[in-house]
Amino acid sequence: MKTLVQTIEELAGRLGRDVELMEVCGTHTMVAFRTGLRQLLPESVRLRSGPGCPVCVTDASYIDAAVELCRRPDVVVATFGDLLRVPGSESSLDRERAAGGSVRIVYSPSDALVLAKECPSKRVVFLGVGFETTAPTVAWSIWRAARDGVRNFSVLCAHKTMPRAMDALLRDQQVKIDGFLCPGHVSVITGAAVYRFIGERYKIPCVIAGFEAWDILKSINMLLTQILDGRAAVEIEYSRSVTEHGNAAAQRLIVEVFEPNDAIWRGIGTISGSGLAIRSKYSNFDATHAIGVKFGEAHVNPLCRCGDILRGISTPLDCRLFGCTCTPAHPIGPCMVSSEGTCAAYYKYEGRVAA
Amino acid sequence: MCLAVPAVIVELHGTTATISVEGALREVDVSLIEDPRLGDFVLVHAGFAIHKWDKSEVEELAAIRAATDLREVLA
Repeated sequence: MKTLVQTIEELAGRLGRDVELMEVCGTHTMVAFRTGLRQLLPESVRLRSGPGCPVCVTDASYIDAAVELCRRPDVVVATFGDLLRVPGSESSLDRERAAGGSVRIVYSPSDALVLAKECPSKRVVFLGVGFETTAPTVAWSIWRAARDGVRNFSVLCAHKTMPRAMDALLRDQQVKIDGFLCPGHVSVITGAAVYRFIGERYKIPCVIAGFEAWDILKSINMLLTQILDGRAAVEIEYSRSVTEHGNAAAQRLIVEVFEPNDAIWRGIGTISGSGLAIRSKYSNFDATHAIGVKFGEAHVNPLCRCGDILRGISTPLDCRLFGCTCTPAHPIGPCMVSSEGTCAAYYKYEGRVAA
Repeated sequence: MCLAVPAVIVELHGTTATISVEGALREVDVSLIEDPRLGDFVLVHAGFAIHKWDKSEVEELAAIRAATDLREVLA
């Protein structure tokens, strides 16, 4: 029986040209590096990492706002641990915490809500960052806070949605993509149907991939087969979790609490309709209204190439900071901070630095 | 961040449940899945079950994990 790798080699040979496949999920990026499967691919089949890590695409101005919040004596900032070390313009939540800032790591938005109930004298602000996978869990916490009348709970919302970002990438003349490995757990919520426009409008094949090395190799196999056949369909490799129309209860909760807005993607810019804002009926739970925090102008290192890396037009090896002044211990750009970031993955698993 | 782990429901308490992830127990919300039952395999993200697997899907993961030794793939 032919192995998946042999089949990929055979398909790549029949294609006879280079293909760029982009994964838009930080967890896929990490699986691809950690398992070493990138090394198994023929040279002509290249895996590029897109803007699939929510931490990496969170704008520095958002971190600045969270930093300002945690310095207030009446506020406790509750966050997923991933955001802690992301640099803002001048500081990070990690640094603020060491200096006495009030920052609590939680596993779930529901834990942040419990924290608010337990600390009625404090205003608990949860940092709502993440794609469609995470958005319903945060929507639930807002809905529940409203239902239970928890007045000291709010969310600083920077949720983003993936299809609009993929659309923006495909409109970008600099970006070359022959196929998408679509995000598995985002798709559990959204369903496969949200990617249909990619085949219809751009003739680019999509495969929704699972998270085992086998799943990713199988998905690459399916993408190459589509390219060879001249098809541009949305196929589901991760069929044990993903359906055509997704999780209806989670989608209803997202629509109940959030509405689309224009969102800033760090290093990319504003993408129309790619974010989720808290609806006005829940404005008491929106930190920008409830507490009055404002987003200012962010300052980031001009040499940082995270924006180009997030669009898949550069790799970390093209960045002068990579591995020199920017390391996991002293990250400058968000792609080095997050455990799912492309720079962090290159640093840890490729063991190479820029020439 | 979109990490989700397979777990099994070992106790049900209305819209919350105790799940076991390879023996580690944790309370999660199960209001986003239909008809949660004891013994169900679920996919858990950030304290919420977001999908329920049927038996064949659980078996598929076990088979994939058994086969995902890349040395075997290369052999």
